Amino acid sequence: MTAITAASAPARSRAGAGLRQWVGLLYVLPAVALVTVFFVIPLGMTAWMSLNNWPLMGEHSFVGFDNYVAILRDTRFWNALRFTFYYTVIVTIAIFAVAFPLAIFIEKPRALTNLYRTAFFMPAVVGFASASLLWSWLLNVDSGLFSPAAFDLGLTEKKVNLLATFQPAFWSIIAMVVWKVAGFTMIILMTGLQSIPQDLQEAAVIDGAGPFARFKAITLPLMRRTLALALILSVAGSILAFDQFYIILRGGPRNQTLTAVYWIFNQSFVSFKLGYGAALSMVLLAILVALSLIQLWLLRKPEGLD
Amino acid sequence: MAEAMSQSRKAGFSLARHSTGIIASVLFLAPIVWTVLSTFKPAQEARQPPLPPWPTTGFSIENYETLNSFGDGLWVSAQNSIYVSVMTVLLSVLVSVLAGYGFSRFRFPFRDFFFVLILSTIMIPFQSILTPIFLVLTRLGLHNTLTGLVCVYVTLQLPFSIFMMRNAFDAVPREIEEAARMDGANNVTMLIKVMLPLVWPGVVTIALFAFLGAWNEFLAALVLMTDQSKFTLPVMMTALQSGRFGAIDWGAVQAGVTVMMVPCLILFLALQRFYIRGLMAGAVK
Repeated sequence: MTAITAASAPARSRAGAGLRQWVGLLYVLPAVALVTVFFVIPLGMTAWMSLNNWPLMGEHSFVGFDNYVAILRDTRFWNALRFTFYYTVIVTIAIFAVAFPLAIFIEKPRALTNLYRTAFFMPAVVGFASASLLWSWLLNVDSGLFSPAAFDLGLTEKKVNLLATFQPAFWSIIAMVVWKVAGFTMIILMTGLQSIPQDLQEAAVIDGAGPFARFKAITLPLMRRTLALALILSVAGSILAFDQFYIILRGGPRNQTLTAVYWIFNQSFVSFKLGYGAALSMVLLAILVALSLIQLWLLRKPEGLD
Repeated sequence: MAEAMSQSRKAGFSLARHSTGIIASVLFLAPIVWTVLSTFKPAQEARQPPLPPWPTTGFSIENYETLNSFGDGLWVSAQNSIYVSVMTVLLSVLVSVLAGYGFSRFRFPFRDFFFVLILSTIMIPFQSILTPIFLVLTRLGLHNTLTGLVCVYVTLQLPFSIFMMRNAFDAVPREIEEAARMDGANNVTMLIKVMLPLVWPGVVTIALFAFLGAWNEFLAALVLMTDQSKFTLPVMMTALQSGRFGAIDWGAVQAGVTVMMVPCLILFLALQRFYIRGLMAGAVK
């Protein structure tokens, strides 16, 4: 009797174990259901809608690749895309130019470092919409801060409307985004700096390497993955920029600051050309997926290490 | 002599460091402080350039009071924002804890497929699928409802929070579970009584990110909420700032921005280490 139970118990528990593993499916089911309904299905629908003429009201009709052909002739979309890339390059350079020195500044624990780090990071937890609303006030010509202050200090002859022409408007947005995002990038770069072994730096000092040589030979190579991550986050975020251009500039002056997402928003939800908007979305999506693949390649583990 | 030199050089370095730190801190904090101080001016004064930023003609909360006079009022939007953010936190924590536990502790068919599927949604910008999301919500009868918005926000949080929770559960030694199982704990009691206290920091982190994400999100709320009584704060304040309710009242804009910023700042200051932890987890992987 005892022998039988002893023999069958492991067998039963193995079968039970197999069945028990299926319970895991129940645990992940809500997540899978949400992702399916609110992500996978909409993604499939975007692809399908892009092949249709799809007004908000009334029947939609299959038009094949007509929407994509129309994109090729849509100079305003290409202008928006060109502006988006231009903005992405400039803002990413600006963010790094501010965030990297800050990361070096706060990397080592010294007196008050935590306080400085928190101060630099504060704007990063404020939303883009809040930050944009705040700066739209600061940039306002009559009730804002910058123009009246410059006028009062005698820097300008009259109050200059910073948002009326392209150059000052564009650089105002860059300033606002750097203010808001630099702290975030700083923290990511800081994690990279802190992961560099201290003895490596010390050995280089003993070998007589100067600060610049050490930066080039040790810091940059060892931070490759962190740099790539910060870069991709900044680039992907900038390509999808919308809030600040919508809230502060409304795409102006003279539609010069319409970004790709802004143009898709206009086509889909202002003109209600849903099929055409979907085709534009597919183009945007392809760009972002390509970017993600580049990211995976850049972030791959260094060979021989894992 | 050399001693004194190095002493004074050290002091000079320290002075330079702290001057840099203080100037940079002031630059980063100034716009926030400037706005918050300006909100306490009387409406008349708030229309003038904020020089100086603090009230000079008397302290007043007029700007906050007038906020309620636009459209359905700021209080309605604030309630909507609170509802959406709190529900997003609760639901995304619930769904991600369950899924994180499932992915960490069970081997079932398609496990890796589902995990990669959920994580890969982070590659697709949600901005590109907003139209069909709108249509799906309409089909589900959730069109123009806060519940629909919550569903979208929770889904957007899932890749990050499930990744976080799975790693948190992975870090719990299996011996702890086996000991509890010996004591007769079933899966659910195990999760709540044994595991949850151990992965608590991860839960706080994903809750914080879910709150900030939902509270600050703008584009989806702008597109999906068509009825003014359903506006969240960012959408409502943008409508006000665009002059939709007549001449732009900059005092009210400052007050609204303050209402939008303060919860984020307080939560961040209180839970800073959880926030940085979340960033690190994202950055290291």
